[in-house]
Amino acid sequence: MQDLVPEEYKERNSLVINPVKTCQPIGAMYAALGIHGALPHSHGSQGCCSYHRMHLTKHFREPVVASSSSFTEGASVFGGRANLETALKNIFAVYDPEVVAINTTCLSETIGDDIGSIINGYDVPEGKTIIHASTPSYVGSHISGFSNMVKAMIKQLSEKNKDAKTNNKLNLIPGFVDPGDIREIKRILEAMDIDYILFPDQSDVLDTPLDGNYDMYPEGGVTIPELNDTGNSQATIALGEFASSDPAFELEKKHDVKPYTLKSPVGIKATDEFLMQLMKLTGKEVPAEIEKERGQLVDIIADTHHQFHGKKVAIYGDPDIVISLTEFVLSLGMRPAHVLTGTPDNKFEKIVEEMMEDADWDYNITAGGDLFQLHQWIKNDPVDLMLGNSYGKLVAKQEDIPLVRVGFPILDRTVHSYLPTVGYKGAMLLLEKISGALLDRRDRDTDIQLTEFVL
Amino acid sequence: MKSPKSNEALAERKDFIMTKGDNKGNIKCDQHSLAGAVSQRACVYSGARVVLNPVKDAYHLVHGPIGCASYTWDIRGSLTSGADFFRSSFSTDLREKDIVFGGEAKLEIVIEELMEKEQYKPEVIFIYSTCVVGVIGDDLKAVARKAEEKYGVRVIPVESSGFAGTKSKGYKAACEALLNLMSDFKAESNRVDSNKKAADRKNKIKEISDRSEDYTGMNTKEKIRVLQKKLRYINSLQTGKAIDDFKNKKIKEQVEKGKYRKKINLLGDYNLAAEGWIIENYLNEVGIELVARFTGDSSIKDIRRAPTAELNIVQCAGSMKYLAKRMQQEFGIPFLEISFLGLQDSLDSLRKIARFLDDQIIINKVEKLIARRLPDTEAKLKIYKNYLAGKKAAIYVGGAFKAISLVKQFNDLGIKTVMVGTQNGKESDYEELKELTDSGTIILDDANPSELEVFMREKGADVLVGGVKDRALAYKMGIAFFDHNHERKHPLVGFEGVVNLAQELDLTINSPIWKAIRSGIDE
Repeated sequence: MQDLVPEEYKERNSLVINPVKTCQPIGAMYAALGIHGALPHSHGSQGCCSYHRMHLTKHFREPVVASSSSFTEGASVFGGRANLETALKNIFAVYDPEVVAINTTCLSETIGDDIGSIINGYDVPEGKTIIHASTPSYVGSHISGFSNMVKAMIKQLSEKNKDAKTNNKLNLIPGFVDPGDIREIKRILEAMDIDYILFPDQSDVLDTPLDGNYDMYPEGGVTIPELNDTGNSQATIALGEFASSDPAFELEKKHDVKPYTLKSPVGIKATDEFLMQLMKLTGKEVPAEIEKERGQLVDIIADTHHQFHGKKVAIYGDPDIVISLTEFVLSLGMRPAHVLTGTPDNKFEKIVEEMMEDADWDYNITAGGDLFQLHQWIKNDPVDLMLGNSYGKLVAKQEDIPLVRVGFPILDRTVHSYLPTVGYKGAMLLLEKISGALLDRRDRDTDIQLTEFVL
Repeated sequence: MKSPKSNEALAERKDFIMTKGDNKGNIKCDQHSLAGAVSQRACVYSGARVVLNPVKDAYHLVHGPIGCASYTWDIRGSLTSGADFFRSSFSTDLREKDIVFGGEAKLEIVIEELMEKEQYKPEVIFIYSTCVVGVIGDDLKAVARKAEEKYGVRVIPVESSGFAGTKSKGYKAACEALLNLMSDFKAESNRVDSNKKAADRKNKIKEISDRSEDYTGMNTKEKIRVLQKKLRYINSLQTGKAIDDFKNKKIKEQVEKGKYRKKINLLGDYNLAAEGWIIENYLNEVGIELVARFTGDSSIKDIRRAPTAELNIVQCAGSMKYLAKRMQQEFGIPFLEISFLGLQDSLDSLRKIARFLDDQIIINKVEKLIARRLPDTEAKLKIYKNYLAGKKAAIYVGGAFKAISLVKQFNDLGIKTVMVGTQNGKESDYEELKELTDSGTIILDDANPSELEVFMREKGADVLVGGVKDRALAYKMGIAFFDHNHERKHPLVGFEGVVNLAQELDLTINSPIWKAIRSGIDE
């Protein structure tokens, strides 16, 4: 690492060193796991499927099961139809899922397999559902893969009552977040007495308790009838522009359900906006319990603001979470100096740029960047704190900067997937981590004679 | 909620599973996974990547969409004593446009960016081909040749399109790339290159230390910060080289003193958790110099010198026997299959090597080493045996040689192996497993999680030995888990390894957590 990274930054357009993104299929697989009784299926060679399962297992520390079309050289020449048909036959015979959610890979896309027509010609067993999303690895990132699979849920499953009668529910797309976040969003909705359809829902799928029994299809996940019903909802709230807004717009196009795209509700401002939108759409009140949490959060920030003010931060990871984190640390008086996502999309730069309007310090923003670039930025303009996934740890270690792990993937710490980052509670937990990291650092750097009990 | 019909194994899968004592005939193995299977297997690319990636001072460039590079970034905990280029992830990040018009143009640009924009010029670039590159038909050889001419470095394509076979084929592709590298071990230009590199590094250090800093307007703290930064940078430039120098000097001194009597290569060790260094220490102690390690902690220089060795010892046969055979053909170097996993195997291997080298001093030194280390190791194992005897183990690992050595070690510790499977085993491996296990043991090839679950439950396993994907499954079932894969953090070879294995097994099997699952609410 250290031998490799020069201080001087030279623009690279093609070479990626130490990526801050991965490919579409894993996002699609994660989204598919949020459907009840679903087996994600990777239509490609078996390595992809193995890698995705391994990567998700490392982040969630839960079993992740998915099947593969196991392409051979033959399939790559003659097309993958036979492989997919055999695969489906075997899947229903052995693993017996309620739903098979197929994602494509770079291989099957390049060969030109038309999954839609293969499925149409396939005799789907009674009571079973097959959905499919096109997720070539050479387009977008894991975030667009997630979005594409959620879009497939809408496109292929949402229906509208003939009488156009509303179900008085809200659709909610939480984005590429952890089960702990989904639980918090559901808690808020329930506290406000709002009827909802949340999808995809990985809670009770990737955070199941250990009771000595392994269940291949745990109790969690959005059901097919619920997904069918999304066309009758009052509105769709999409949390996160990049992971969730496309499917919400798809539903508007298909069944005229109005979409509202909000930031991932991390921090006070984004959570306020989320709650306000909920109130506006449903006419329901925010209960005293949640309001109290907001007050507590403000109290905590008032008690600790001196720790944060003026501190420089580097934030990297997936676009939705990075955007919300940037807004949050700005509200703490911190200075985002480097803001970077690997997902290529210029919208990201525009959104962050707008947030930084009042910034009177130098900063870098980029979409489609990599960690090598972030490292060079940090060498030139050091920061007090890094916020991002586990892959930043070598940069953090070498530059001696505290790293608070947020986002995906987190491969070297635990419990993150059970607890929220979203909502007021999530912000408290995040504050505890940030403040802890900064003060641990301060204690480490302080001479023992000057070390105090009270900080 | 219906549970999967996992105990009704697919008819096609039945030939891949057998129960010792019940079945006549042979297990079916070394085949592609069935379409639709929840297979644990990886691809050709993955095989090539795990074998080749530990070459520490090469640039490993993955030509394909970003995922292939992301998932394999630093996937293996190979330790390095010098350069750490291999720990960075380089990708051409192919996009749609490249798929349509071909990826060769982008690959050329990427190599250009690597060579012209980055500070450290690699001596060797390995270019890994991936699924999609195989389909669109990029001519990696042509690009490589062009780049070699333009930049005077070695650019070696690795033919590892994911779909074109099993992981074993990837091992072969990696071995071919290594052979390619060895083929030019006599080339003078390399020495010139590395001299130039050393000179460049020296100049850079001088330039940085001579540079006067502008401290105007800085307080002391800020000045210190600037100085520290400078120091860190200089250190970083020096460290890699310093370690190499130290090591080379040590080896040279010892050869001169006549300490090393023979030179050999170690194949099929990846220096996970320092395992390669442990083996190297034994060899050094008995008077054997290790020329090159394939590929844990290996440098390009070492690999190029590898043909000067008089013997190859092969630890992981699955990945490296092919290379050993090819080196025998090309350079006339004989090879021995050895294993430092397990006590008896370690002792046998040391003696086997010494006998083969036919050097009385080495033979004596091996006996001295064993006499020195064995009593202590056996004493420690005896303690753990108290905690482990009578437990039942299920094994599901990638390479068969690991499975075989595990069964042997479990037999020694009094642990009964009730299930054993591998992802990449050959027929002869399964024969050996049949020999080693008791009647009733389930033996299976390329298993899926449901099969593992059913057999573990049926056989009442106390611990599963496997890789990362199986860990979560075992825990969910309330069964202990022992990591025997790339990600393991404890060395398992030699005297140290057998004790570690017992210690880790005790730690997981006898953890109080398994009791907590049902106590409390139920009781």
